[in-house]
Amino acid sequence: MTDSTQTLERLASSDYKYGFVTDIEQDTVPPGLNEDVIGLISAKKQEPDWLLEWRLQAFRHWLTMKQPEWARVHYPPIDYQAISYYAAPKQKGDGPKSLDEIDPELRRTYEKLGIPLAEQAILAGVAVDAVFDSVSVATSYKGKLAEKGIIFCSFSEAVREHPELVRQYLGTVVPYRDNYYATLNSAVFSDGSFVYIPPGVRCPMELSTYFRINASNTGQFERTLIIADNDSYVSYLEGCTAPQRDENQLHAAVVELIALDNATIKYSTVQNWYPGDAEGKGGIYNFVTKRGLCKGRNSKISWTQVETGSAITWKYPSCVLRGENAVGEFYSVALTRDYQQADTGTKMIHIGKNTRSTIVSKGISAGQGQNAYRGLVKILPTAENARNHSQCDSLLMGDRCGAHTFPYIDVQNPTAQVEHEASTSKISEDQLFYCQQRGISTEDAVSLIVNGFCKEVFKELPMEFAVEAQKLIELKLEGSVG
Amino acid sequence: MLEIRNLHVTVEGREILNGIDLVVHPGEVHAIMGPNGSGKSTLANVIAGREGYVVTEGEIRFDGKNLLEMDPETRACEGLFLAFQYPVEIPGVANLYFLKAAVNATRKYRGEPPVDAMDFWELVHERMELVKMDESMLKRSVNEGFSGGEKKRNEVFQMAVLQPHFAVLDETDSGLDIDALKVVADGVNALRNPERGFLVITHYQRLLDYIVPDHVHVLFNGRIVRSGGKELALELEEQGYALYNEEPGRARRAAA
Repeated sequence: MTDSTQTLERLASSDYKYGFVTDIEQDTVPPGLNEDVIGLISAKKQEPDWLLEWRLQAFRHWLTMKQPEWARVHYPPIDYQAISYYAAPKQKGDGPKSLDEIDPELRRTYEKLGIPLAEQAILAGVAVDAVFDSVSVATSYKGKLAEKGIIFCSFSEAVREHPELVRQYLGTVVPYRDNYYATLNSAVFSDGSFVYIPPGVRCPMELSTYFRINASNTGQFERTLIIADNDSYVSYLEGCTAPQRDENQLHAAVVELIALDNATIKYSTVQNWYPGDAEGKGGIYNFVTKRGLCKGRNSKISWTQVETGSAITWKYPSCVLRGENAVGEFYSVALTRDYQQADTGTKMIHIGKNTRSTIVSKGISAGQGQNAYRGLVKILPTAENARNHSQCDSLLMGDRCGAHTFPYIDVQNPTAQVEHEASTSKISEDQLFYCQQRGISTEDAVSLIVNGFCKEVFKELPMEFAVEAQKLIELKLEGSVG
Repeated sequence: MLEIRNLHVTVEGREILNGIDLVVHPGEVHAIMGPNGSGKSTLANVIAGREGYVVTEGEIRFDGKNLLEMDPETRACEGLFLAFQYPVEIPGVANLYFLKAAVNATRKYRGEPPVDAMDFWELVHERMELVKMDESMLKRSVNEGFSGGEKKRNEVFQMAVLQPHFAVLDETDSGLDIDALKVVADGVNALRNPERGFLVITHYQRLLDYIVPDHVHVLFNGRIVRSGGKELALELEEQGYALYNEEPGRARRAAA
């Protein structure tokens, strides 16, 4: 192994900056999963009967299912009875009414994460719905949004305040029978975010949720539902971190997006769950189902994700392009190092005429990281003149990591045009030397080159998120401890 | 400013340079000429500090400091610049951004704050004219999709912005048509001043019509076999390197 390979590997192994545990009293349900536990979760959240029934149907179906094994990831069997399915910070009385009332310890956690939850949030124009373990603790900027008729609240609140909307759309994009983890989520989901943008409204600010897994042995099962009505626009940001723990924690979320006529939803994720230590111990299992339905004509859904964390990532944000001229996009950067595994990609299902989709996937592997792109482009017989362009690039750092590409293409209409490009490259010694000769240190050169590699994806992120993503990648690649 | 004493270098165990002596004073332009395989590019790479070139004997001092002890980025920050024979592509990194990172790295080394955005913008535009570079090249990724001529022009542009004390030009003329060659040479000439030294490495005399050197050295089989003034380049143009191929002693006599 050459010196520069060693340098790359050293740079690629750094410590997790967000590995602190917040010491607050938790209201936790004992580990285990059965109909009583589901009833308890539902009761704690004062849910209507139809929702409890939906959860129970999902649970009964889940009992008949098997954990999927087709992904290129390896892990010991999960004991679903050893997980606690509900954890909420204990509240005194009725709970916080304003940001000032939030537990100071919790506030400090958010500050360490750099979330603009307090007044800065308003200055920054970011409305934050923060999910701490299972319960949404605060939603800022709600009043301003309400003036425009925009609903942005926790999922539980939506169930209470807007049950008709939740009931109309819940499970319409990801049915409770969809897959093993989505079904589990449907049975036990605890909280998440809900967004509704009324017809003709352009949401005036980025909506943002920050997820964080705190309590040990609690799976986080959020459920997010976003509906963009006719002629509306919304950009939604999701950031995720988790503290450092030895055990593996399960995270099985479901996100459903629905875009009606001429509506656009942009969904951006920066995921930095705890990846486990350098020996591969601990870390989050991130098994997430994200899917958007372009239901209306000229509707558009764009997924952008920067996946740097988790021990295992299993995630395929997808678009079902049903409306005529609908557009689906997927832009992804996935970074794996040490013993991280990622099997991620997208599905573009073309149903409507003249539907178009774009896939840009950038995988970076370092150390012993394994990175797989898995994507499906499906053109149904009804999708006249559908078009897809896919581009999958992999960057390898060191010689013990791996990159894998599994593109599936299923075309059932002869008028379709489908293109797929793929490349694998390494950071070359020539590139490093060129930068060094211009005075740029090896560390800076590596992050410069990697950021260049990711540029096509980063430019899709909202400005402040792009900066954060770039810093996160740098942090991941530097040997420094934050 | 650059002193090379008895330099011996091996690459993968094979001796490429065997005893180079060369002194460049501030304000001087030295040309190194020689046939393929004579060790010209090895010399450039050793000065810049590239990995894989092992110095077995001798030393290089730069402004009185031991150059061989420094890593490549320190050499650059000390004011050493190499215009690459084959400039490297860095996809997704804008030329302007790269240049700013380079300028700031040097400033940081000197204990100065990052460059002011407006000052940088002005400097860049002034220097762009020097090499007749189109503004669109600032936004394009470093060398990606550049023609051979654009890449070389970009090297001279970077040099003009970074303003090194000493620059090594490694076959900057190769692959250039006559118009591009003139542009590159004009750029270099504009940067000549009493404090700055240049080492121009070339296979052909042609470049030296435009960048007129103070001294010319002939490198052959890893040694400088002859040194002289600018007229030596013309002589080589007429007689070629074949002379040296037979026997260095005879070549010296023949040329004397």
